[in-house]
Amino acid sequence: MSATAIPLVPGGHEQTWHRPSRGRVGMYCLIIGECAIFTIFVVAYVFYIGKSLNGPTPAQVLEVPIFNTICLLSSSVTIWLAERAIERGILRTFGLWWAATIALGVIFLIGTGLEWYKLIYHDGLTIRTNLFGTTFYSIVGLHATHVVVGLTMLLLVLLFTLTGHVREEHSERIQVLALYWHFVDAVWVVVFTVVYIVGR
Amino acid sequence: MADQTLPIHGSLDLTPPREGESTWLETLHSWVITVDHKKLGLMYMMLAIFFLLVGGAEVLLIRIQLAVPNNHLISPQVFNRLFTMHGTTMVFLVGMPLVFAWANYIIPLQIGARDMAFPRLNAFSFWLTAFGALLLYFSFLGGAGLYGMGNAPDVTWWAYAPLTARAFSPGNATDYWALALLVTGFGTLGGAINIIATTFSMRCKGMTLMRMPLFTWLLLVDSGLLLVTITPLTAAQVMLLLDRYLGAHFFDTQAGGQAILWMHFFWIFGHPEVYVLVFPAFAIASEVIPVFSRKAIFGYPAMVAAGVGIGFVSLGVWAHHMFTVGMTSAGNAFFVLSTMLVGIPTGIKIFNWVATMWGGKLRFATPMLFSTAFLFQFLAAGLTGIMLSVAPWNWQLHGSYFVIAHFHYVLVGAIVFMVFAGIYYWFPKATGRMMDEKLGKWHFWLFLIGFHVTFDTMHFLGFEGMPRWIYTYPADRGWDHLNLVVSIGGLIQGVAVLIFAYNLVSSLFKGKIAGNDPWDAWTLEWSTASPPPVYNFATDPVVHSRRPLWDIKHPEDPDWKYE
Repeated sequence: MSATAIPLVPGGHEQTWHRPSRGRVGMYCLIIGECAIFTIFVVAYVFYIGKSLNGPTPAQVLEVPIFNTICLLSSSVTIWLAERAIERGILRTFGLWWAATIALGVIFLIGTGLEWYKLIYHDGLTIRTNLFGTTFYSIVGLHATHVVVGLTMLLLVLLFTLTGHVREEHSERIQVLALYWHFVDAVWVVVFTVVYIVGR
Repeated sequence: MADQTLPIHGSLDLTPPREGESTWLETLHSWVITVDHKKLGLMYMMLAIFFLLVGGAEVLLIRIQLAVPNNHLISPQVFNRLFTMHGTTMVFLVGMPLVFAWANYIIPLQIGARDMAFPRLNAFSFWLTAFGALLLYFSFLGGAGLYGMGNAPDVTWWAYAPLTARAFSPGNATDYWALALLVTGFGTLGGAINIIATTFSMRCKGMTLMRMPLFTWLLLVDSGLLLVTITPLTAAQVMLLLDRYLGAHFFDTQAGGQAILWMHFFWIFGHPEVYVLVFPAFAIASEVIPVFSRKAIFGYPAMVAAGVGIGFVSLGVWAHHMFTVGMTSAGNAFFVLSTMLVGIPTGIKIFNWVATMWGGKLRFATPMLFSTAFLFQFLAAGLTGIMLSVAPWNWQLHGSYFVIAHFHYVLVGAIVFMVFAGIYYWFPKATGRMMDEKLGKWHFWLFLIGFHVTFDTMHFLGFEGMPRWIYTYPADRGWDHLNLVVSIGGLIQGVAVLIFAYNLVSSLFKGKIAGNDPWDAWTLEWSTASPPPVYNFATDPVVHSRRPLWDIKHPEDPDWKYE
């Protein structure tokens, strides 16, 4: 600050200058935007409950994916444990919990794939069969797409961890990424409730 | 100007520029790969101005076609494409890029930052917008699709179902519409995230949120609104593409789907979208009017609150575009009331701008001329909007030229007027040269006259019952004289815009040298050189009030004593 030009300044406000981290703000903004996209698909799903003119109904073909859900929600716990580990600089533990998160996410995706295989080939439900098929595959598919994107990011970080590039000073960035994963899990809670509980 | 303590000692890099700079190829390359917010802001601006001219050409063709009854200069099919592309272009390729042009160029300079929070995301967002624009216009060539039908989109800019179903829009025209806007939509989302992160995380020391310039505040609110505005459109367009390509039934009445779902989803996007487009006009007015009234903005906290209020209320009014589809009385009544509600914070803003001028030492340079016209025109636009918000009135005038007159009063009378004001105001900062005042006044008066000849008359065309979206009309309706007048006004506006374009280009080469602060303004962007060096500020500024440059120029009477 230049001493020549700035005049008497207001009485010493020597508080530290606080600003939020831009990565965190950015990620919250992305999450808000994505919530709006999911809301539209949820509204469409709820609007069309019971309105299909034909074909299999949810009650006939849907099995509540309890195991899958437990896996995905546990992955939020494992990623939280990973965040705590890297905050304290224990990188080996971090890597293990991070890998566990990825594994649980992959199990979830495989489970979704098996469910869709059954629905398509055994129950004859596709996106064009009826309104239930349309809204089911689009909302569950949209969520699964976000899981894929999240897993891709997580896998990249695992690679960097294994090659020794991730260190304690990156814990803030890890937390920003974990925020996205928590969002993906929270969306699943909503999708699960709407599709398998309310809509069945 | 009191003490000449500007530029701040040590804030300017006095190293002379390199001699024999770059080849034109190197210069082009530097623009293509840039992540600098100033260059990207200018690129967004150039994109917007280019498509303003393209969209303007489209509407001039429309107006020539409609100038006389029973005209067959343009076929109905081409006419449908013209008004669809005119609307789509103006909203997505002019209005939205302008938001990012203003925000990217000015916000970092106003908050004392070196760049935006995410410079590479910034570049990515710009190029997504640019390529989305190319994709949309490629439809003129490539829209024929598999069956040799289709061309540019012709389904109106809001693309209602079931017209957009594959059965009723074969060929790829609708797909170009949906895909191009999906691409630009992602660019928009990236830009909005960037603005919010920048405003929260990159402010210089001392600049609390309530000391930010109103320009920055309003674009922050705008970006927050964008996050939940553009995303419903993205969702709806994905649904449309699923319907068209994978046989989904979101909007397929044969399978029990409902076309009205598209209407709701589209207008949940579409209404907040027009607020997204108008916020930059508010932002520019909040900078220009105080400076040219030589008075700080009246009621800064109320302006912030009103801006946030408008943002929130605008999310709850969408079905006033749907009064004629047969919602319940309760539904209609809700949207009548919510639409009227949004008039309150808007009115507060208008009062505060007028109160800023009241008792001020008014200086009617070109930016202020456009701003004054904006105040009258935006008020009138708001009033016709309130008229339209009354459902029974709406039932008479929905789909008529009254509606076109209303929204062009906002889009042209408020937004385009303030775009011109903003360009005349910040052109000296971006280029180091003033625009020509005499040409500016010719531009202003001609555009004002043309605007009113066209759009005032258009209200009466609406009263006379002329519907929208018709490519011609019979001679015995009484619409012929009014339409001719409307078209002539359009030509006058065209001439005015050409004068502006000439002024823009010639001032680049022959304009008077501007210096740092030609307008004697008070926000941080005027403290650095014109054009600013690539790093913006050589030392990080520290501010103590909402008008840091006033404090520097008037050390005996600083703002921080009163805030």
